[in-house]
Amino acid sequence: MSEKTKPTISRRTVLAGAGAGAVASAVPLKHGFAASKIKVGVLLPRSGPQAQIGIDCQRGADIAAEVLKAEGYPDMEFVLGDTETKVDVARAQAEKLIDGGANVIVGCFDSGQTMAAAQVCEQKNVPLVVNIAAVTKLTELGYKWVFRNFPTGPMIVRDAFVNQKKLFGMSGATPKRVALLHVNDTFGTSLAGALFKLTPRFKMPYKIVEKIAYDPYGRDFSAEVRKAKGAKPDALWAVSRLNDAISITKELVRQRVDLMGVMSTGPGWYEDAYMKATGKYGNDVISLVPWVDYKKPMAQKMRDAYQKRFPGRGITANQGYTFDAILIVADAFKRAGSTKNTDLQAALQKTKITNNTTIGKGIQFNAKGQVPYVPSGAVQNRDGKQIVVLPEFAAVGKPIWPMRPWRKR
Amino acid sequence: MDFWTLVNALTSGLLIGLVYGLSALGLSVIFGVIRIVNFAHGEIMVMGMFFALLMFQWFGLDPLVSVPLAAAAMFCFGYVLQLVVVSRVSHLPEHMQFLLLAAIAIMIVSALLLIFGPDAQGVQVDYAWESFAIGELIIDYPKLFAAIAAMVVAGVLLAFFKYSATGKAIRACADNHMGAKVVGLNVSHLYALTFGVGAACLGAAGAIILLLFEVHPYLAPGYTLLAFVIVIIGGLGSLFGALLGGILIGVSEALAALLFEPSMKSAFSFGLLIIVLLLRPQGLLGRAVR
Repeated sequence: MSEKTKPTISRRTVLAGAGAGAVASAVPLKHGFAASKIKVGVLLPRSGPQAQIGIDCQRGADIAAEVLKAEGYPDMEFVLGDTETKVDVARAQAEKLIDGGANVIVGCFDSGQTMAAAQVCEQKNVPLVVNIAAVTKLTELGYKWVFRNFPTGPMIVRDAFVNQKKLFGMSGATPKRVALLHVNDTFGTSLAGALFKLTPRFKMPYKIVEKIAYDPYGRDFSAEVRKAKGAKPDALWAVSRLNDAISITKELVRQRVDLMGVMSTGPGWYEDAYMKATGKYGNDVISLVPWVDYKKPMAQKMRDAYQKRFPGRGITANQGYTFDAILIVADAFKRAGSTKNTDLQAALQKTKITNNTTIGKGIQFNAKGQVPYVPSGAVQNRDGKQIVVLPEFAAVGKPIWPMRPWRKR
Repeated sequence: MDFWTLVNALTSGLLIGLVYGLSALGLSVIFGVIRIVNFAHGEIMVMGMFFALLMFQWFGLDPLVSVPLAAAAMFCFGYVLQLVVVSRVSHLPEHMQFLLLAAIAIMIVSALLLIFGPDAQGVQVDYAWESFAIGELIIDYPKLFAAIAAMVVAGVLLAFFKYSATGKAIRACADNHMGAKVVGLNVSHLYALTFGVGAACLGAAGAIILLLFEVHPYLAPGYTLLAFVIVIIGGLGSLFGALLGGILIGVSEALAALLFEPSMKSAFSFGLLIIVLLLRPQGLLGRAVR
């Protein structure tokens, strides 16, 4: 071959072409196109003190992908992010997921971490579908890209009051003095604040005689329980996490704090790990929380698939609301037929799902991106199982109230 | 607040403080002799907790029975760690040593996560939920047994350093490194032995603490920080100081929670630390460096 017939592609041209190709392939397609698959960034606390809860949420997401595929929903690709149970890491990980091409973010279980991720999603115009986070202001700040199918703190508290009144009425045993123990993080503070604000409005038959804020990652909770005991309460109301719930239960028994009941509004007290660690002493605790409604067909499908894949592990709100968050994304993507952010946003705004897994009429967002009313239930621990005892339409058992004394178990 | 509530708080703080003191002893022993700050302190203790957990799960051994076993296992770990890894950086600047031990800490947490997962796990001994009452003073058995075990282990350790030939040799190394070499002591072996003894303390403390709290890998950094606070208050390198610091932290946390707000417990610990640093920088029982 002569010099003239040689291809005229120089080394510089090749390098420039390769560079352009590399840049093009590195640019995330976050504003997307019509696609058969959506990239979902699942941002959860997978390490740190909330790791087990994050794992439970992820299991809910995995089961959702499996069940929804069988139901004819489009394929989803999960990209996993770990908040490390830290607010600043949640922010950085949300950015990383979006820069990595996630079309939508699902997360983050914790209110503080979700607030951080929401700010990033808002800046980057990527939808955030919240699985679990109760802080009210999340959907009160005018965010356009945040969608939440989970009750706010006031909603949880309001339903807790309603269910408590029903519980007391059914049993004829009403506490007059209640001690409130709550974690001092974003979730605990916001919920305790709502509780205090709403107590007079609901004319509850009891008085909150002691309000104790504590560090959920502390070691020894004997002082907290001692302080609560000093107020001579008839019942304890806890807003906790997991490990603190276990330690508080141990202290209640050791310090011989006999109560009419322990009521919880938050995670911890219904978890598998809690019941395993506390055994018979974990029985009769009532959690006034958002929960799964097994009377719904989708919840039954979730339960069947879950028990097949994770035998021996219970389903809680963690799995249920994460399942629902993935369902919301799959449904919006199916209707949008595109991964373009504005198409997804529009589809999310028009969400109307009735066959979800959790208690309530279904999922439909208001202009703020919040499902206007997400009801909570009353769930009681019984020999390692969580039994829904209220509201009546979702109940599968009758409540035991007052609870059995510690020493007679 | 009534009298008995205060007495209960003080008793509980004292008992838990003794256990905290034992957990901090290991840090003091290692620093006092080798002059290396063990940033993997909490992680080694959590290894001890998991060791005792396994003994309970496999053989049904009460954590108190596992104390010598956990101490022996962690002794071996500490001995090898010092001989094979830490000794190679002992001549390097302090920040290099910090980095090495911080890296070891991260590796231990990651390994524990891989092996045991993030779940909180505990032991269900017969007396785990039991307590007894003297008047209105309620003392729970796990905390009482843990405190007694902590005192026994601390006593054995103090006796070892005071009366045994090896203990005296280790103290000689701590007092005068060059002098110890001149009189023919095998300093590198003694250093490894010291690191092993410090780790053994942590193993024993871990087994004892398992009686009180659930264990999970992320527990470690909190205990490292706690041990630093305790030994700085008590005096870095002083064994009695570590015990005193532990008791002060236990009691101050219990009182802070009772008199103010439980959220303020840590603030009181650190407040105590700042006061000690301002008034007596070498710690309550530490020796001033001239």
